[in-house]
Amino acid sequence: MLFILLSIVFVVIRIMPGDPVSSMLGGHAPDSVIEQKKEELGLNRPLIVQYGDYLLQICRLDLGNSMIFNERVIDSIKMKVPATIELTFFGMLITLILGILLGVYAADKRRSPQDYAIRLYGIVIYCIPVYWLGLMLQMIFGVWLDVLPVAGRTGARVFVSMFEKTGFYILDTILVRDFEALKDVLIHLILPSFTLGLTLSGIFIRLTRANMLDVLKADYILAAEARGIRHNRVVYKHALLNAFVPILTMMGLQVALLMAGAVLTETTFSWPGMGRLLLERIYLRDYPTIQGVIVIFAMIVALVSLVVDIVYALVDPRVRY
Amino acid sequence: MKYSPSAGLGKLLSRFTGMGKKYGVEWWILVAGALIIIAVLCMAAFASHIAPFDPHNQAAGPQLAPPGGKHLLGTDNLQRDVFSRIVFGSRTILGVAILAAIISSLCGISLGLISGYSGGFFDKMLSLVMDSIYSFPGLILAIAFAAMLEPGIISITLAVAVIYIPTYFRLVRGQTLSIKEELYVEAAQAIGAPGKTILWKYIFPNVIATTVVVFTMNVGDAIMIEAALTYLGLGLPPSIVDWGMDLAMGKKFLPSGQWWLITFPGVMISMLALGFTMLGEGLAEILNPRLLER
Repeated sequence: MLFILLSIVFVVIRIMPGDPVSSMLGGHAPDSVIEQKKEELGLNRPLIVQYGDYLLQICRLDLGNSMIFNERVIDSIKMKVPATIELTFFGMLITLILGILLGVYAADKRRSPQDYAIRLYGIVIYCIPVYWLGLMLQMIFGVWLDVLPVAGRTGARVFVSMFEKTGFYILDTILVRDFEALKDVLIHLILPSFTLGLTLSGIFIRLTRANMLDVLKADYILAAEARGIRHNRVVYKHALLNAFVPILTMMGLQVALLMAGAVLTETTFSWPGMGRLLLERIYLRDYPTIQGVIVIFAMIVALVSLVVDIVYALVDPRVRY
Repeated sequence: MKYSPSAGLGKLLSRFTGMGKKYGVEWWILVAGALIIIAVLCMAAFASHIAPFDPHNQAAGPQLAPPGGKHLLGTDNLQRDVFSRIVFGSRTILGVAILAAIISSLCGISLGLISGYSGGFFDKMLSLVMDSIYSFPGLILAIAFAAMLEPGIISITLAVAVIYIPTYFRLVRGQTLSIKEELYVEAAQAIGAPGKTILWKYIFPNVIATTVVVFTMNVGDAIMIEAALTYLGLGLPPSIVDWGMDLAMGKKFLPSGQWWLITFPGVMISMLALGFTMLGEGLAEILNPRLLER
């Protein structure tokens, strides 16, 4: 499946109208210069050769060189990946906590006003655009109340070079024992991850609720209640644990939405991650980097699907390949 | 017998509330969604009558005026009236979203029908391709498409349409596969009906119900994606009025406190998407057999 995705990326980038080389050279270059550049970049070779080259390069994780800047695509992406992962990780955490708790509560109190209210919240929050929620939160907490920062991963008084090692600022600051910087990094994480997490929680609530309703209908739940186990314990311990596996699979499928949301959140909060890199390079018409970022996204999607399948097989004893 | 208009209206109203009693809250969700959609459709249709100013008029009023008085929702940095821009922007967003959904559904449904019915290698290959596109983040795919094409209505419509083809494909193909095994299809094949006839007369009518629900959800999603693309500056040139673009422009003025530039376009996008989603949810609940109630 990854192979198909990569092929699609290749085809899409090549097939689109518009000549990247002439736009790279400013649009007014004489034909001879354009031809020479094309020769340099290997764009004059037959498509099948370019395709084979492309696949081989990806196996080596060599995504080519940027057309605009004098750097390798993989280097520019490498710097941004930890930022996006940090953001999506915390966003997912918030989605999980909110989604599972509210979803289970709604399933428990089925057809009550609370259930309808939570379902309504789920639908409404899904329809609110991520970036608009981000802007509203920025407005409320950043401008009107002025308690949280609205842009970037660190503040002005924190020098990243003092602790940057892995790129995951939370890890780095802990490793260097710089707790002021850690606090700063965490504070900068609050608004973006909440924005991302809140928006996705809507879908999660609905899915969790549906799964929980199925589990709650089972005989063993009735048996547990009949044996006198407290209702809350039945729901939040026994039922939830059994519903957890499908929820885990859902989590994997939401990664696509998470990444899409991350791209929008990064632009809104000036978060230096892959999403913002993609957009910056789109404006600059830097096709190798654009292709490289999309390839990396495709790889992440494929990797997460694989991990979810494996975890599902490990956790559920009934599933055996 | 009573034929007066008031009696007719009364009957309609009682039918209405009768449906409400029968289906409960889902009916009212559907109605609420439909009302929102109709309101925005009217706004789009009668835009020139509703909007007090021309949305491109860069001398409509003072720069960055707050809401109130002559400018119901204020003015932006280019002295354009925000309310007029919202009214005219509804045309763009509705047009693109509905057109994209129509293109998506036509392609997806036909491919799903053909693929599900014919089976074999073609079906396997197409399913693989569709599954791959389906699993990939839709917005990023749309961004890639919109970035590659020249800005314009056609480009953004195509970019949005491509993402949803797999959804229809999967749905229709699945249903085609199960309907294909029915006895009446086998009977039709036995009397020599060509594949086209079987697809059109027997299989297609059975897939329509679920497709309609997916269509409404699709339009809702298409609205969100279109707004996201224009917010990122892709897909449409600045000369076309659009809510997403207004959001992007208004973003710059947030730190200085001009909140009206981003609040109202965002509210409209949310409301319109909400309208379609509620319509879809209501339809899904009602069209499903009540026996499958959760």
